[in-house]
Amino acid sequence: MNPAAGQAPQVSLHGITKRYPGVLANDDISLAFHGGEVHALLGENGAGKSTLIGILAGMQQPDDGHIEIAGKRVRITSPRESLRLRIGTVFQHVLLVNSLTVIENLMLGGAWWQKHDRKSALGRFHEISELLGVEIDPDVPIGRLSLGQQQQVEIIRALWHGGNVLVLDEPTSMLTPQGVEELGAVMRRLSGQGVAIIFVTHKLREAYAFGDRISVLRQGQLAGDIPPERLQALGEEEATNEIIRLMFRAAGEVAGADAETMVREGHGRRARADFDRSGKDAITLNHVVTRAEPGECALADISFSVKPGEVFGIAGVDGNGQKHLAEVLAGQRPALSGAIEVNGTVAAHSGVPARRRLGVRYITDERLGEGTVAGHSVATNLVLKEIGAPPFWRDGVTLWRRIFSHARQVIETHDIRTPSEHTLLGRLSGGNIQKVLLAREISADSSVVIFNKPTYGLDLQNTRLARERIIKAAEQGIATIVISTELDELIELCDRIGVMFGGEMAGIVDNQANAEAQIGRLMTGAKAA
Amino acid sequence: MTARPGEVVSSVSRVLVPIVLALVVGGLILLALGKDPLAYYDYVLQRGLFSWSGFQQTVIRSAPLLLIASGLIVAFRAGIWNLGVDGQFLLAAVAAAALAPLLITSLPSWLTIVICCAVSILVAMAWSLVPAFLKAQYGLNEIVTTLMMTFLGISFANVLVKLPFDDPDNSVPQTMTLPVADRLGRLFDTTIHSGIIIALLAVFAVHFVMTRTAFGLRLQIVGANPRAAKHAGMSVGRLTYATFALSAGLAGLGGAVEILGVWGTMRADWNPAYGLLVVPLVFLARFNGIAVIGFTLFFAILMIGGESASRRLGVPNFYVLVLVALLLIFLALVEYLDHISRQRKKA
Amino acid sequence: MGGLFTETFVASLLFGAVTVGIPLLLAGLGEQISEKSGVLNIGIEGMMLIGAYGGFVAAYYTGSFWLGFLAGGISGMVVASLMVLFCVILSMNQIVIGIALTIGAEGLTALLHHFQFSRSYPRLSEAPSLDIPGLNDIPVIGPAFFERHPLVYLSILLVVFVAWLFRRTHIGLNLQAAGDNPAALDAAGVDVKLTRAGAVLTTGMLAGIGGAFMANVGAGIFVPFMIHGAGFIGIVLAMLARGNPYWVLLGAALFGASLALTTALQVAGLNIPTDVVQMLPFAMVIVVLVLFARHSYLPPSLALPYHRGER
Repeated sequence: MNPAAGQAPQVSLHGITKRYPGVLANDDISLAFHGGEVHALLGENGAGKSTLIGILAGMQQPDDGHIEIAGKRVRITSPRESLRLRIGTVFQHVLLVNSLTVIENLMLGGAWWQKHDRKSALGRFHEISELLGVEIDPDVPIGRLSLGQQQQVEIIRALWHGGNVLVLDEPTSMLTPQGVEELGAVMRRLSGQGVAIIFVTHKLREAYAFGDRISVLRQGQLAGDIPPERLQALGEEEATNEIIRLMFRAAGEVAGADAETMVREGHGRRARADFDRSGKDAITLNHVVTRAEPGECALADISFSVKPGEVFGIAGVDGNGQKHLAEVLAGQRPALSGAIEVNGTVAAHSGVPARRRLGVRYITDERLGEGTVAGHSVATNLVLKEIGAPPFWRDGVTLWRRIFSHARQVIETHDIRTPSEHTLLGRLSGGNIQKVLLAREISADSSVVIFNKPTYGLDLQNTRLARERIIKAAEQGIATIVISTELDELIELCDRIGVMFGGEMAGIVDNQANAEAQIGRLMTGAKAA
Repeated sequence: MTARPGEVVSSVSRVLVPIVLALVVGGLILLALGKDPLAYYDYVLQRGLFSWSGFQQTVIRSAPLLLIASGLIVAFRAGIWNLGVDGQFLLAAVAAAALAPLLITSLPSWLTIVICCAVSILVAMAWSLVPAFLKAQYGLNEIVTTLMMTFLGISFANVLVKLPFDDPDNSVPQTMTLPVADRLGRLFDTTIHSGIIIALLAVFAVHFVMTRTAFGLRLQIVGANPRAAKHAGMSVGRLTYATFALSAGLAGLGGAVEILGVWGTMRADWNPAYGLLVVPLVFLARFNGIAVIGFTLFFAILMIGGESASRRLGVPNFYVLVLVALLLIFLALVEYLDHISRQRKKA
Repeated sequence: MGGLFTETFVASLLFGAVTVGIPLLLAGLGEQISEKSGVLNIGIEGMMLIGAYGGFVAAYYTGSFWLGFLAGGISGMVVASLMVLFCVILSMNQIVIGIALTIGAEGLTALLHHFQFSRSYPRLSEAPSLDIPGLNDIPVIGPAFFERHPLVYLSILLVVFVAWLFRRTHIGLNLQAAGDNPAALDAAGVDVKLTRAGAVLTTGMLAGIGGAFMANVGAGIFVPFMIHGAGFIGIVLAMLARGNPYWVLLGAALFGASLALTTALQVAGLNIPTDVVQMLPFAMVIVVLVLFARHSYLPPSLALPYHRGER
């Protein structure tokens, strides 16, 4: 089980500290990673996990502290150096070149003055694929693989130079439940070969399921550590309590709520007043189809409806048409065929403003990419979708005074932490940017609200706030559609959950006791029974 | 939004430092070519600013520059690199030069001028249609397309002057001439024509539209983040056409004003090539319509003084191109250093 | 109409097409390399112009065409090194710097030319040619393709070489990755900035040689502003070629032919004003762009500077 136990650690960190403008990302962190061990690094978003990994991968340099590999002090000054030290890293965001094939991506990084050696690369590729038990065509461009397959290519690459240490940053975030199981099997296999695996996650359950050892990060500091012996001795519930104690000890009331948010993950539906099931549908989609653009998954015949006060979840692995669905609903993308009805009114071919007049609101997952304009003020961003309309514009002339006073009011009621309404939106934290979006989209005249990955990248506190906002919206009688890749989140919030696969609705499941297993099956493309 | 004294100093130095650096390095180049830079700059100031006739010339020159600058402000704010100003300017000038002498025979001069300006604006707009279409439809980079249209436009303008609109009574290929009395009116007792008033009005109008209207804000959003614009329900394609049309139209008005105010005719191979020269001014002014007036005046002094200097001191006017390039580079450099120091301060 | 396409007309058209097409080819290939790596090189026009000037001066004073091309290549690289410094190392705006380099090159070469040659306007003798025995006797085609300066043959071979480079070597992979997803290249242990710097310097060299060819072989003389958009046409070629050097060759031949039509038509005794003919290549570019714009391709990370680990 743990062949290398007792030996010197493969990698050890000593007092690693890293500062960014305004943040202490890593504060005096000391950790040891042993060969043959899956070491789970647990922490919420913003706890400093990514920075620590960046330092191991040579992408960033620590301001203080040092790293030892097999007892020798090293400086990892570049990604190349990291690879040379046999540390392979799989980043959370895929770091592959879409326009190159699998094997070309794997050959990347060779001496530039040489011809590349395809033959020996193919040999190595098959060797590692076999070790991992995966099957991928080496001559397919990366852009055509599913995210799960891309991740497998990343793992192959991480092991390419005979990795002693494999770092996996949030590797489960884009996998189906089955994919997560497969990944677990791969990790166990590799650790059996003596590889030190650093498994980074923000999910308590996964840390417990896969980790031989669990270390907890909180606000840039190492909050605690559960060694293998102790972890084996504890049952799941005891271990959970222990981790919670580590994470939130010596913190106040807010931390108590955060702890609950964390423990809730994967523990079923949140209790809430039921909606009127006999009411009329607030929104109905009938056989909606969209046009695919290169690299996108279009909608192929989507039908469903949502009632006022209902929370309808959309599950599925990222890239199965969720984005198109959200955009079609918001009026941002035209439907090729099919019909959309909002509160009984047909709204098939109208743009965003018309859809908004019907009460449809869309909170995008790309908060900075498309949801806001980083270089403009918070105030402008709060009225971004109202430009030209009264009361903030009269005959096309901007009434800045009104816009600013409106912004001051919203900032206060929604507790947006910003120096002023003139502050550029890009200066705000992710949680506060999300608050700006929520404040902009949910108002008295909204009747259908689409949330796309509403808690993506948020810390526990903001995750909780966003989820409470969703519940509140539903309780106000808004038909609520939540698109998420976090199954736990959907189980917690939704009344029904539709599963998307390849642009189709593979099935719609009532959120009951066995929903999770059913959804997992549907996510892989199996049709509903 | 009151600015602290420190910020005022830094924003003034952000503007002054590149200008001073460009003048200094440009001076070194002059020195290397065996010319006395101090004498050159002194002469430029004397001729461009401190002599009455030179100053009038400077103000006259500012009119087309300001119109082009206001067009570029619209384009750059909307994130569109309209580098095809010269073609738009020249073809509009041809239109005005060809039309005015014909109309003046049957219409009063004010109506002639109004119609010519309108037609010039339309011609320039039409010339920007292809880049606008390629950008809106296929997302094709407008830098290349506008440059290509400019090369095409310069030759096309020459063709028009030499063939259909050539004045047969004149041995040099040029259009018919609008009599001096019918050109844009003079201001008071000066030689300055009223084009400068048109230009200033245009600058103020652009400034107002960009900062105080929904349309201007929409353009700015498209420029800052086109995906956000789409997300918010704006028609990015339509705004792209509008941007090109406005930007080109203003440049076209510049061409009309130059013909109707100064020359009265268009000679073949006439191409003042103001387009790219105005780019750094617009950057120096940080796309601010009011600030651009000062920089344009400064630049007009350089041009007018430089033209005299080229005759007198033997420094060809090409030197202005070198100054413009240096200005752009130092501008970007200062911006970069500023960015770095701000990041340091935050850390 | 039949009278127009005489043997002399076709011969001079083809000859001219090669003369004009080679600089376009070099510019297009150069731009393709730098765009592949993620740098939009608007300064290529300036690099060609400085290359033309440096190449002409060297050839004029040494009497050697080869030294002229060498000097042209080096001059182009000097301008390119400014682009590397400002855009790759300091991550400044590629478009602003590109415009500045082009304008600056225009001003500087015009100034230098004014002080050096504006009274004498010296000319170079005709470029020596390397005749390919057997092939150069073919009527019409022979003189156009097989009695040319060796650089012509080298440029064509360069297309094959670059295509091989793109497909079979690590350089090719690195360039592609630097323009598509630089972070991935960085994570693979390759220095992104170094890759891009190499690409831009290569562009400068090719553009400079192309400029020198225009001055020394094409015109035999240096004239201010003589590049007249050839560099920008190179950008169009790179945009439409979708990363394939052979498409650049085809495009250069096409645009070269349309540019060469000027002289060919005059040789044919047709009385068309030069301005009309000068419009032709640019009109052609626009038509091609309108027809094929949907097929143009630019790498996703083009014109975006790369910083490791930015957050």
